[in-house]
Amino acid sequence: MSIMTYRQALHDTLRSEMHRDPDVFLMGEEIGLFDGAYKITAGMLDEFGEKRVRDTAIAEEGFTGAAIGAAMLGLRPVVEIMTINFSLLALDQIVNHAAKIYGMFGGQARVPLVIRTPGGGGQQLGATHSQNIELFYAFVPGMKVLAPSTPADAKAMMLAAIRDDDPVLFLENLSLYNTKGEVPDDDVPAEIGKAAITRRGRDITLIGYSRMAYVAAQVAEQLAESDGLDIEVIDLRSLRPLDRGTVVESVKKTHAAVILEDDWLTYGIGAEIAATISDGAFDYLDAPVRRVAMAEVPMPYSKPLETAALPSADDVIGAIRQTLDAVGRRRNPMENKS
Amino acid sequence: MSTRQRTAVAPPKPGTHQNANPTVVMHQTAPSDTAGAKRATDFYRQMVFIRRFEERAARAYTQALIGGYCHLNLGEEAAVVGLMAALRPTDYLFTNYREHGYALTRGIDPNRVMAELFGRSDGVSKGWGGSMHMFDLEKRMLGGYGIVGGQIPLATGAALAIDYRGVDEIVMCTMGDGTTNIGAFHESLNIAALWNLPIVYVVINNRLGMATTVDKSSAEPELYKRASSYRMASERVDGLDPVAVFEAAQRAAAVARGGRPFLLEVMTERLRGHSVVDPGKYRGAEEIALTKERDPVVTFAAHLFETGLLTEQEIAAINDGAIAQATAAAVFAEASPFPDVATLFDYTYATPVANDSHRLPGQPLFEPAPYPEHEATR
Ligand SMILES: Cc1ncc(C[n+]2csc(CCOP(=O)(O)OP(=O)(O)O)c2C)c(N)n1
Ligand SMILES: [Mg+2]
Repeated sequence: MSIMTYRQALHDTLRSEMHRDPDVFLMGEEIGLFDGAYKITAGMLDEFGEKRVRDTAIAEEGFTGAAIGAAMLGLRPVVEIMTINFSLLALDQIVNHAAKIYGMFGGQARVPLVIRTPGGGGQQLGATHSQNIELFYAFVPGMKVLAPSTPADAKAMMLAAIRDDDPVLFLENLSLYNTKGEVPDDDVPAEIGKAAITRRGRDITLIGYSRMAYVAAQVAEQLAESDGLDIEVIDLRSLRPLDRGTVVESVKKTHAAVILEDDWLTYGIGAEIAATISDGAFDYLDAPVRRVAMAEVPMPYSKPLETAALPSADDVIGAIRQTLDAVGRRRNPMENKS
Repeated sequence: MSTRQRTAVAPPKPGTHQNANPTVVMHQTAPSDTAGAKRATDFYRQMVFIRRFEERAARAYTQALIGGYCHLNLGEEAAVVGLMAALRPTDYLFTNYREHGYALTRGIDPNRVMAELFGRSDGVSKGWGGSMHMFDLEKRMLGGYGIVGGQIPLATGAALAIDYRGVDEIVMCTMGDGTTNIGAFHESLNIAALWNLPIVYVVINNRLGMATTVDKSSAEPELYKRASSYRMASERVDGLDPVAVFEAAQRAAAVARGGRPFLLEVMTERLRGHSVVDPGKYRGAEEIALTKERDPVVTFAAHLFETGLLTEQEIAAINDGAIAQATAAAVFAEASPFPDVATLFDYTYATPVANDSHRLPGQPLFEPAPYPEHEATR
């Protein structure tokens, strides 16, 4: 085990995979000389050279499509799209091509491609640069969408993504890059399609992914302290395929759930989770399933407006308390003490 | 020098389609008449103001008064003022995220430009857009855009509207060198050429994307030549000389007014990093020194002094005036209130609509039913 940042875990894993497999190579804007917009690929141009660390022109559709084509011939490209917002320019190649090629040609060609890209808001980047649109990819059969929230998962899931034979959208997050955690030294890929219960509890289930899984873990700790609550936390980790079973089993035990997401509420990832709970745990629910998501507006630049639009830990705490109040299950911290 | 830094190369020379590489001496367009003299000194005044404004913005950024991404026009002042001078008030401008200078030179109140950077309610975009997204209908600046190339199809469509209505207006659409590699550039130029649209596309070539040079990103690095794929006229001009830029932009605008699109490539410098947070370590010392030497504000001042158009005192006075105005803008911006959080849902739709979500994060879709009294004692 070593303690490292999410950024370092990604960097180290990309490096070790490139050493392991000569078919793995990197493509993207400013990943070489500039060291990557968020420095995930720092130093890798020097180490691996221009053949394997390819700075591209600003042409998301072109280079993402080229990566798909290279993958069809068996290479294992890892594409960086600077932020998920710019992946919209490559949407056609990803959705109409990467996700379709295996099925449309009757399973004759595989697309072992990874598209790494960070989401995230809260940096005053305005309407076009603050979106969390992973849903667009999670919606599409044929895509695999991974969203690690810890450095350990960043490593394990990157290993899995690179070694997988299907196109993977690998969602990173600007505000997770500097978070730290323990990372195993061994290379053990995660199993794609599996959520993780990151904290066991009985009172209520919190469900999140990416930054919001991190927020969920923090809120659970805080409310254990302040409200004496015993909260279960699920990190979805894989948005497609989706591990519905883990979610349903947890809610059967806790009888209540709050879903946390950084995307917009209507039609968001949380809507799918809420529907899953309704289908699989309806008789076990003590309260309506609540979702905490971003306000449904184009993100404003101005700080107070942006702050109001983004889901915060306080919003999550409010939703948890209201949910438990609604069923008379909220614990009084004072009672706990006596 | 580290192997990671590029070796400095002399900047490409100006040229045109007819004559690819004429040797152009900087600032050779010495104003011979009084109108020309006044224009040159006005250009200088505007350039200095952009310079001091951008420096003030950079300082405000380090004071956390500005957030997000902030890209400056430092090194591009001559290009900005020369281009803007060729537009009439009725023409339209579409530009990118590196735009403060355009907003100022187009005539938008500097206080409102700075207030936008500060995210305040008096900002040109009411604090909603920030550095990358300034917009002013009255001055016909129809936006800075943060998505690389996003402005190009929009500007083409604006030219379509002008052509459709048959009015005597044109569109200017500026973009960076790196932006000429995005599909939208090629799609748009093709459309404009087919439909004879009144638009001037301008490539501000500072030879860098973020760190990627034109040579590394463009298979035809003489970017103005890309127009020939669309049988569009084009020209390359020295962007350190505001008068040369102005004259080239006038020629380009005349073509557009005549109903044909034009591609103008303006060779500039980027004096600092890609944005205010980029230290630009990937550039070698030699290259940075060369860039400094070519600083258009400095070289144009020297030119005006040498040709006797401005005295040292006048140059100093212009500088002082610019500093005072930039400072006043920052004072105004800081005093301007932030937008009220109650306005958060005011701009999702232009027309009122039933069932639009006005929910803040965490607000329930439906108010939870009250917990039944008799169960409370369970
Ligand atoms: C579609 C898209 N891809 C990537 C980016 C990130 N990005 C912002 S500016 C920039 C470089 C643009 O270079 P250039 O066109 O030369 O303009 P300059 O910044 O030099 O003025 C990049 C890659 C973006 N904003 N939009
Ligand atoms: Mg450039």
